[in-house]
Amino acid sequence: MSILIDRSSKVLVQGITGRQGGFHAKLMMEYGTDVVGGVTPGKGGEWFEGKPVFDTMRKAVETTNADVSLVTVPARFAADAMMEAADAGLRLVICLTEHIPVSDMMRVVSYCAQKGTRLIGPNCPGVMTPGQAKVGIIPAMVAVPGNVGVVSKSGTLTYEVGFAMKNAGIGNSTIVGIGGDPVIGTTFVEVLEMFENDPETEKVALLGEIGGSAEIVAAEYIKNAMTKPVAAFIAGRSAPPGKRMGHAGAIVDGGEGSAEEKIQALEAAGARVAANPEEIPGLLS
Amino acid sequence: MKLHEYQSKFLFRDFGIPIPEGQVATTADEVQQIAAELGGVVVIKAQAHVGGRGKAGGVKVAKNVEEARAYAEQILGMDIKGLRVDKVLVDPGADIEREIYLAITNDRGAGRPLIMTSMDGGMDIEELNRERPDAITREHIDPILGLQGFQVTYIASAMGMPRALWRQFGSILRGLYRCYVESDAELAEINPLVITGGGDLLAVDGKVIIDENALFRQPALTAERDASDELESERQAREAGITYIKLDGQIGCMVNGAGLAMTTMDMTKLYGDANGIGPANFLDIGGGATPEQVATALRIILSDSNVKCVLFNIFGGITRCDEVANGILTAYNEVKPDVPMVIRLQGTNAPAGNRIISEAQIPNIMSAQTLTDAAKMAVAAVKEGA
Repeated sequence: MSILIDRSSKVLVQGITGRQGGFHAKLMMEYGTDVVGGVTPGKGGEWFEGKPVFDTMRKAVETTNADVSLVTVPARFAADAMMEAADAGLRLVICLTEHIPVSDMMRVVSYCAQKGTRLIGPNCPGVMTPGQAKVGIIPAMVAVPGNVGVVSKSGTLTYEVGFAMKNAGIGNSTIVGIGGDPVIGTTFVEVLEMFENDPETEKVALLGEIGGSAEIVAAEYIKNAMTKPVAAFIAGRSAPPGKRMGHAGAIVDGGEGSAEEKIQALEAAGARVAANPEEIPGLLS
Repeated sequence: MKLHEYQSKFLFRDFGIPIPEGQVATTADEVQQIAAELGGVVVIKAQAHVGGRGKAGGVKVAKNVEEARAYAEQILGMDIKGLRVDKVLVDPGADIEREIYLAITNDRGAGRPLIMTSMDGGMDIEELNRERPDAITREHIDPILGLQGFQVTYIASAMGMPRALWRQFGSILRGLYRCYVESDAELAEINPLVITGGGDLLAVDGKVIIDENALFRQPALTAERDASDELESERQAREAGITYIKLDGQIGCMVNGAGLAMTTMDMTKLYGDANGIGPANFLDIGGGATPEQVATALRIILSDSNVKCVLFNIFGGITRCDEVANGILTAYNEVKPDVPMVIRLQGTNAPAGNRIISEAQIPNIMSAQTLTDAAKMAVAAVKEGA
């Protein structure tokens, strides 16, 4: 087992005829993901690598019975694409797009909750269940199947840690990139809860960063409800307050969201916190 | 994107919020003229993107036109925390009975807009929140439904707004919510909103921050950008599509991905802090890392004279490390940096990438296997050069 996606997931790619969407759809198929089609308004009836392209999500879902969608459309169209996917009844929507206005995301998150759709992202690398399926841009070479679940706000840092684990002989149940934006669909706690309930996951690595309080809330959950060991790393110890470090959400604002307070909370909750992400495999063994 | 006080208040006025009838000036002559037109007491307020301008002497109350001119001469051109004041707002003096706080912001934890208000305005809200959190009334808004009438009443009632002012307050709160939504604001704050001696509400000071990611649909606000607080190097980076933030250390960092860029900074500090060594910058080169991008980023990093070593940390996922290595060498030959460079390539085709770097046999380029080694080598290089 795994969480969120596996080899039986039927995936639609919104923006499959775009450069990014097409490139990653192909890599996903090569990995073994069951990509059943794509959606680009105005290009319905065309084909992409032998998969049908539809004008609307409603039509695509009716025809393919997809349960997962990957949103790769540009920022100004992304909110609409996510809501269209939720409206079409998808179980899971994963959005890679960066630079979406926060006001759009507040409406989208609220709408997805109403529709019962789980949203991952935006501004995230996606989800990968090694050996089964990947939905997003996580490179195939960073992970092998195993029993450590990974949840992270960042892309390349996740690859780095996944790769370090692989080199240490540690594999992953599922890797979930939740994204570095201020308002996101799924937070650390929800993913931790899924890992806690997943029989294949025995340990968890949490990769957080400065800004907001999601890691503090996660620490409370780890303390109160988690039976599986957690190793963590928090990026941004050396970041000055008031400066946005690349990710829209990575800012220490009004004295809140510093790496120190997150590290303290996680340590107090019993998580092992690495000062250096290359120590994570050691903390897990 | 931060708006100045005057821009914020003029924006509020567009949404029906009463503000003092002030004007902006860039010279003492203009200030004198505005003060004469307004008559009576005026307030001269420095317009600069920096906090604590009152304490720094950037806000002065003038009893007459002569005083207004004298203060304008003091304030225009003054330096507040490294920023030069080029503009002042000249407002008529307000008759202040009581100061109220009112703001709408994005609550990232809740994923909803949050209205915060307090009858104890005027002071710093973060300080008030620490010292007397109960003095702040908070109400979340459904982002799909928007602000509802009953919520306006809840807020006015809970905060203790005098009943005689509920109508006026409701109109201001609705206006501010529309302003927040229609301007794609992260923050729309009136502090203070004053009750005047005559029993009216007036927005005496304001602060608006616009979501950078929404500027594509805010052309009028985009045109208001005052980038005078932005460093030249940061501006160049922004225009090249690279995220660069200058810091105080000696190790220039070039990394792909924001989380990994922060981590790389942290590692230089972890191993260098005992010797006063740390990161000189945050830099996310983004995906791809073409020779052109690497060269531009390298020039930006080296424009900081504190930089004594450049650390490359590239995790190749989709990006191939051999291509990145070639990109780095091309950029090296173009920029010819005279500081040592530590290069750490990991991920797809890393062995080929490292071979390209080592075969180039450039004396001040070192290759590292792990991030830990790379950070330690960069710290050692700075120590040796010192």
